[in-house]
Amino acid sequence: MNLFLNGEATEAPDGATVGEFLRQLAMPAKGVAVERNREIVPKSLYGTTRLTEGDRIEIVQFVGGG
Amino acid sequence: MQDTSVPDQDRLIIAGKAYTSRLIVGTGKYASYAQNAEAAEAAGAEIVTVALRRVNVADKGSERLVDHLDPERFTYLPNTAGCYTAEEAVRTLRLAREAGGWNLVKLEVLADQKTLYPDMSETLVAAKALIADGFDVMVYCSDDPVYARKLEDAGCCAIMPLGSLIGSGLGVQNPVNIRLIVEQCKVPVIVDAGVGTASDAAIAMELGVDGVLMNTAIAAAKDPVRMARAMKYAVIAGREAYLAGRMPKKRYADPSSPLGGLI
Repeated sequence: MNLFLNGEATEAPDGATVGEFLRQLAMPAKGVAVERNREIVPKSLYGTTRLTEGDRIEIVQFVGGG
Repeated sequence: MQDTSVPDQDRLIIAGKAYTSRLIVGTGKYASYAQNAEAAEAAGAEIVTVALRRVNVADKGSERLVDHLDPERFTYLPNTAGCYTAEEAVRTLRLAREAGGWNLVKLEVLADQKTLYPDMSETLVAAKALIADGFDVMVYCSDDPVYARKLEDAGCCAIMPLGSLIGSGLGVQNPVNIRLIVEQCKVPVIVDAGVGTASDAAIAMELGVDGVLMNTAIAAAKDPVRMARAMKYAVIAGREAYLAGRMPKKRYADPSSPLGGLI
């Protein structure tokens, strides 16, 4: 299926969960936060939240800042 | 980290947690995270501000802040730098809480890119929303005592007026207002932004503020680690001078040596 990750078009297997999507990206769940269509997906729901076509996903982490 | 140069009883308490250091440092603009970490150590900082940004999916091998500044050792203070509306700021800090699990945050809602001056009406809206959502909000604000009071009344756990514009290095431009805010506030007051060199930090502390937050003054120094050390001493010196109570200013000389027994 097609979706958007951090504003860029990308693909994920149909029916993939957020957790599976992060593993596909080789992204550690620690220290990141995931937003799906502007709603936060709590870490506890990564395994059960399924992505759908056209989802807008944001994955953020801490960086240096003042 | 115990620092014997600070009196035992003099602690900065923010949202119920006690800190020995009154110097909060940023983590932006450094040549590397390694230099950043060395500067934070030299500053004796216990709290570091951090930003939240999209991960770079294409470059997962790049260094991460958490690999250099351990969140178990330093209190991470997520900021909302780059947010120009209350809505963006609240969204950012909710994500930060999810990413880190901490409630303590630095709220800043900016008005325009040229001055990065805080938009106080948006800031107040965001502060109320965040506090209602369980956050402990340290708030970047103008040096307007009226808005400072509104933010304190809303429940902010620290009031952080600018000394001068972010990244300007112009020091404390309105010491009278900073002092007014110090006198009215029951929560800690921290001068956030504008410090350029060690004397600026000491001047802020001598006004009676509870701490100083800086980024560029250290990161943009020719030797950031050495400047971090200078800032550590300046904050301690300013605090001690404030607590000691300075001598009165006089218009004419007053000899330090006795006048009697002159030959």
